[in-house]
Amino acid sequence: MSETFTKGMARNIYFGGGVFFFLVFLALTYHTETTFAARTNEAEMTEAVTRGKLVWEQNNCIGCHTLLGEGAYFAPELGNVFHRRGGEEAFKPFLHAWMKAQPLGVPGRRSMPQFNLSEQEVDDLAAFLSWTAKIDTNDWPPNKEG
Amino acid sequence: MNVLNPHLKFQSQSVAKPYFVFALMLFVGQIIFGLIMGLQYVVGDFLFPLIPFNVARMVHTNLLIVWLLFGFMGAAYYLIPEEADRELHSPKLALILFWVFAAAGVLTILGYLLVPYAGLAAMTGNELLPTMGREFLEQPTITKVGIVVVALGFLYNIGMTMLKGRKTAISMVMMTGLIGLAVFFLFSFYNPENLARDKYYWWWVVHLWVEGVWELIMGSMLAFVLIKITGVDREVIEKWLYVIIAMALITGIIGTGHHFFWIGAPGVWLWLGSIFSALEPLPFFAMVLFAFNMVNRRRRQHPNRAAALWAMGTTVTAFLGAGVWGFLHTLAPVNYYTHGSQLTAAHGHLAFYGAYAMIVMTMISYAMPRLRALGEAPDARAQTIEVWGFWLMTISMLLITLFLTAAGVVQVWLQRIPEDGAALSFMLTMDQLRVFFWLRLFAGVGFAIGLVCYLVSFMQRGRVPAAVEAPAAVA
Repeated sequence: MSETFTKGMARNIYFGGGVFFFLVFLALTYHTETTFAARTNEAEMTEAVTRGKLVWEQNNCIGCHTLLGEGAYFAPELGNVFHRRGGEEAFKPFLHAWMKAQPLGVPGRRSMPQFNLSEQEVDDLAAFLSWTAKIDTNDWPPNKEG
Repeated sequence: MNVLNPHLKFQSQSVAKPYFVFALMLFVGQIIFGLIMGLQYVVGDFLFPLIPFNVARMVHTNLLIVWLLFGFMGAAYYLIPEEADRELHSPKLALILFWVFAAAGVLTILGYLLVPYAGLAAMTGNELLPTMGREFLEQPTITKVGIVVVALGFLYNIGMTMLKGRKTAISMVMMTGLIGLAVFFLFSFYNPENLARDKYYWWWVVHLWVEGVWELIMGSMLAFVLIKITGVDREVIEKWLYVIIAMALITGIIGTGHHFFWIGAPGVWLWLGSIFSALEPLPFFAMVLFAFNMVNRRRRQHPNRAAALWAMGTTVTAFLGAGVWGFLHTLAPVNYYTHGSQLTAAHGHLAFYGAYAMIVMTMISYAMPRLRALGEAPDARAQTIEVWGFWLMTISMLLITLFLTAAGVVQVWLQRIPEDGAALSFMLTMDQLRVFFWLRLFAGVGFAIGLVCYLVSFMQRGRVPAAVEAPAAVA
């Protein structure tokens, strides 16, 4: 690098640029915050949804599955599992049956543990996943397979 | 530590040694669990229900994070006194924190392995302040508190050292990077009930670490080693350092937006995330130019060729993994199809290995012979084995990346692009990818062999040169 471009100038770009873009990031975060209520149907975020999120977290579901595309890539996406597995009428019974049936015990198949969730916990998990499926995700995933 | 080590400028630098040794032990654990998961990808019920995949993955990723943190801390304890031109403020505190962090780390990993996760959550009172069960932040809340305590003690120690001593660009940059690391980790305690908001701030830890402040730490470690092994003027090196990290922050902060495309955040991020993250390869490319330029302009032939190889290798591999593989799927219209696919895993592996595993090994390679009072470099034989370890690990990781990339492309083709009805389900798609997962597993075995070579060379340096010469004389 040429001598006219000094270390001091480089340092100023680093500090100035870092601070400037962090402030821009904070402004964008403010904007994002103003959109969450509508984009996530926050009004429909019931206590069951909140409890279901805790069930999701305390059983480390993210260790195998993805949720809105984030997590492990070992098991199916669950952000839209509500739509894939029955929707309003059929999803909740499906989830109850599915959780009870684990592990499926098919030799060589990826296996999901038995988490011994209570009826209430499965209900809450179903509420959480149904709410999640209705978040405005800019139309992701491309199809229902997730 | 009683005997004076003539190869250290300051004796207190020796506290780095246990940090480096323990980092490598955790690295071994990480690779073992990586192999277990690699096998579970093809033999789905391997070790089930003893070690379910989610547990193996948690151990694999948490060990990675913790061994890198040990590596960064060891690097700071070695580098900051030398830059500040004085002894470390408190070597005793550094050793106490080592044992605290090591014990907390081991207990947490044992908790993952021995207790069902829900039980661990109950045992540690997760419901009081729920922070568990989010990717990479699976640690019980009490462990997270422990990490904060260790980080504060650590920052105090190196901060005091720096304040009382010489302040160089390298130590300033490392210090800002480490403070940033601690500050952004605090967001791991913020777990909003709204999933979209939770994910948004989760990235403040994850992205602002690996594509933000960790780049400052990496840059300062690289600059330090380059000064030492090339003898190039500090002014030149520090100017490069500032330019690189300026680019890292200018592109990387708004670049966080490439994680906000599909998690419920507004559409403005599709544009901002795409544009800024498309520029994120720039700092990594600058690092390649930096390392090769400095090595070409070297004023001395440093005897530690292995360290020079790591220093150049980390920049190239980081550029490929973080830069090229990141860019491949960072534009929103592409990411719409690739998000959360095997392509993501491909990128993650090469980026973490290239940028962070390799920079820590660069530092260890440079510092360890001195810490062991062997001199500037280990003997030629140890270096040869280390170079073998370098190439075996690096080529294997490139292969892992290529196989996962192939798997990801086929996955997108089968599962994502077709319309509803025509698209293959996730599980059926995985069956189609088996051949790639087998190849990835073989490459993983190659990586483990490389790691063994690396460890063999690491142990060899323990020998005092005189003891090595003795059997040779007999022969």
